[in-house]
Amino acid sequence: MKFVKKSPWILHYDGSSCNGCDIEVLACLTPLYDVERFGIINTGNPKHADILLITGSVNEQNIPVVKQLYEQMAEPKVVAAIGICATSGGIFAECYNVVGGVDKVLPVDVYVPGCAARPEAIIDGVVKALAILEEKSKDARKKTGK
Amino acid sequence: MGNRTIVPFGPQHPVLPEPIHLDLVLEDERVVEAIPRIGYIHRGLEKLVEKKDFQQYTFVAERICGICSFMHGMGYCMTIESIMQIEIPERAKFLRTIWAELSRMHSHILWLGLLADAFGFESLFMQSWKIREQILDIFEETTGGRVIFSVCDIGGVRKDISAETLQKIVGILEQVDKELKELTEVFLKDTSVKSRTKGVGVLSKQAAFDLGAVGPMAKASGVELDMRTQGYAAYGKLKFAPIIDTKGDCYARTKVRIKEIFQSIDLIKQCVELIPEGEIKVKVTGNPSGEYFTQIEQPRGEVVYYAKGNGSKFLDRMRVRTPTFANVPALLETLKGCSLADVPILILTIDPCISCTER
Amino acid sequence: MGQQTIKAISSNELLAEVLHLKNDGYRLVAITCTCKDGMELSYSFDKNYELLNLRINIGLDEDIASISFLYPFAFLYENEIKELFGVNIKDIAVDFNNSLYKIPVKTPFRKEGTE
Repeated sequence: MKFVKKSPWILHYDGSSCNGCDIEVLACLTPLYDVERFGIINTGNPKHADILLITGSVNEQNIPVVKQLYEQMAEPKVVAAIGICATSGGIFAECYNVVGGVDKVLPVDVYVPGCAARPEAIIDGVVKALAILEEKSKDARKKTGK
Repeated sequence: MGNRTIVPFGPQHPVLPEPIHLDLVLEDERVVEAIPRIGYIHRGLEKLVEKKDFQQYTFVAERICGICSFMHGMGYCMTIESIMQIEIPERAKFLRTIWAELSRMHSHILWLGLLADAFGFESLFMQSWKIREQILDIFEETTGGRVIFSVCDIGGVRKDISAETLQKIVGILEQVDKELKELTEVFLKDTSVKSRTKGVGVLSKQAAFDLGAVGPMAKASGVELDMRTQGYAAYGKLKFAPIIDTKGDCYARTKVRIKEIFQSIDLIKQCVELIPEGEIKVKVTGNPSGEYFTQIEQPRGEVVYYAKGNGSKFLDRMRVRTPTFANVPALLETLKGCSLADVPILILTIDPCISCTER
Repeated sequence: MGQQTIKAISSNELLAEVLHLKNDGYRLVAITCTCKDGMELSYSFDKNYELLNLRINIGLDEDIASISFLYPFAFLYENEIKELFGVNIKDIAVDFNNSLYKIPVKTPFRKEGTE
């Protein structure tokens, strides 16, 4: 599974964020930060993705969407919560239509703080996620005995 | 006549950074009707006025949307200042105008990139966002934040920009101007780009007015609607004219936004020349009592803030009518009769900001 | 800034007033609702950058007519107010039946017992 470590594909979903973190996630892909030099590609297809980046908190209406995206991704997979809203609900935690952080519905592996999360922090988070991805694929190999 | 099919579009879709769901009713490849379903990002932040006091709420207002964050903060502060009859210092007005125009530039360039991405011109997307980073650097240098600055406060602004930095900004903008001229040539002159935008999604002047469209969507159809002409902040002292086009198609909307970027550069240069010395903030005492409607011009168009205070720390009501909310009916109209392949471009040309819309 | 004209009218004058404004070439800017001592609805219109607000005060459970046949795009505002405040707006052109936002709580902005 070495190839995964070298070029993980990410899927980005906007839970109920204010856009601040979304545009920073996109900014990571563009020339100044350029995560594509590590082989990281932003894909729109959950079945191609290894890492799920979620910005913003979850609410009643998007919980099924988030769960479905996660289920469609192939194993091994890692979830990263980007920004404080995805971590805990942030400034909107008290709103009536906010359930809370992404970890209420999905197992989150990496939390990236910030409002909005800075591109450097997001890249750092993705790199952490890579190590976890590697770990997870090792475990999977042990289980299947290959 | 073919059979009718319903194609669900979104909420997760490769061209949409944000979730919106449309049920597209198709007859072969033609869209007959589009039924929107929103609410994926609804947070209910207008209700937060009951839990955060009117000064804390500035931070919530800034987070209505991360792209036009500064303008939301400014609009909210202006509303409260009007209720409390606070006259903010001249220098603060100019500083607000400078940041607002920089925000407009960054928003429009971001949009140009997303548009390029929607019609599959990846390198154009990358180029646009590369240029945009220079503006984010200005934000970072002057406010400390890249997308959300928290620099606007009731009674003025929190940070000043020194004369040296102002000159530096002008220098950076001259460089940006050069790079943008090269970039926007592609959007306006390239044959393959034009084939995707010319004549697509035409909105007539009458329809734009009847459907209540605002911002570049209305301006590209010939409706003159630019709240900056009302002279809020420092706009009353600057020379400019709203940018209008008459074609009403995607190409016209692109052109209006491109011209607005260059207009913003000009406005910032005027501000740097005219900005007076002095205080940047006045002290705020007491609590707001009364109500006020504020209209300002965001990158996406006219936005309306309404606040009602009762003399206590907590407002009775705070409401925002955001530009995308007003542009949704016009979008549904232009979608009728377009081909399925043009749907992503049409959605993008209203410059949708779903988190604004649903709040 | 533009002027702040707030004109108080009663709920049965609404349609006549709105029709008058429409014929005059006004653009509907927003419909705002505030729940305090009953429902307070503000219909904001704009012509040549001058803002005109119609203000209607009704009881919590009173009916009000929809203006969506005069201004078709008002359906979005009216659906929002119906869902978030529980104002009984009748005959909206496109009625989402309280599922525009599909929120888990019923009429969050409504304050019972403030009438």
